Amino acid sequence: MADIAFLLLIFFLVTTTMDVDSGINRKLPPWEPEQLQDPPPIKKKNIFTVLVNSNDQLLVEEQLMDIEDLREATKRFLNNNGDGSCDYCVGGLQSPTSSDNPGKAIVSLQNDRGTSYDIYIAVQNELAAAYNELRNELAQRQYGRDYENLSDDQMDEVQDAYPQKISEAEPVSLGG
Amino acid sequence: MSKFKKKTGGGTPAISTASLPDIVFMLLFFFMVTTVMREVTLKVENKKPKATEIKKLERKSLVTYIYAGAPKKAYQSQMGTEPRVQLNDAFARVKEIQNYVITEREAINEAERPLMTVSIKADKKVKMGLITDIKQELRKANTLKINYSTTKGEVYNN
Repeated sequence: MADIAFLLLIFFLVTTTMDVDSGINRKLPPWEPEQLQDPPPIKKKNIFTVLVNSNDQLLVEEQLMDIEDLREATKRFLNNNGDGSCDYCVGGLQSPTSSDNPGKAIVSLQNDRGTSYDIYIAVQNELAAAYNELRNELAQRQYGRDYENLSDDQMDEVQDAYPQKISEAEPVSLGG
Repeated sequence: MSKFKKKTGGGTPAISTASLPDIVFMLLFFFMVTTVMREVTLKVENKKPKATEIKKLERKSLVTYIYAGAPKKAYQSQMGTEPRVQLNDAFARVKEIQNYVITEREAINEAERPLMTVSIKADKKVKMGLITDIKQELRKANTLKINYSTTKGEVYNN
């Protein structure tokens, strides 16, 4: 009896893999063969452009940036509150050249075909982190709890306050 | 003569092994429950990038995997060193992804099809060109929920 148990035990010991699958969730836009003729007009100041070239360098709003600073820059952009309509944006700079309010703010990401997957994930992660941190701060202020621990209704509310709008352009050869 | 005779010392008594099967069974059940069988043999390098904002993938039955990376040493003589796509147990061309994903979707029962997720397990050295091609194929196949497989860790020291 114990022999059989040992045998099974050793079998499961050898075959076991402890890693759980986890990663960054994203939704792709549906495939449309024809491009829309007239894309809806979006003010340039509401778009936060992030370009990554084939040397894995970042160009954020036409300025070279390190990946370490991307999270803060994104948060500053989202929380800018340019038209003053966002009453929960604490510390908004109200800069006229940055976003009107978080509802209108769009992050646009474009990379080169030669960009490494590693840096792409890092950028995606930092952008997601910026949204998550803002949501967390709002959740803490309004409900005194982390975003993760809110009820579904509250979660939706916080999500609507900072909707995650990350648009990915098809890669081009930016050179580098 | 005395009634209380000193016991003759025969060394230390043996430890009882009566509880050994219990312990073995306990371990056995633990590993039986936690074990996850590897379904495919990896033929490509697969060092995942790190990220912090990650979500766990739930409902394993609704997840389809696509591997990408440079072929492992043993296959380099046939396949070269350029990153390739692996579906199930074989190397595949990017064009085959569409059919593969559609076949996988057919296998899921109808009510749960919209919940199907494709997990892209790419090596961190892969270039975005290949990843983009994969994404375009997934868009054509109308499977829009994807997950970039990563491990937990800070991104700065990648």
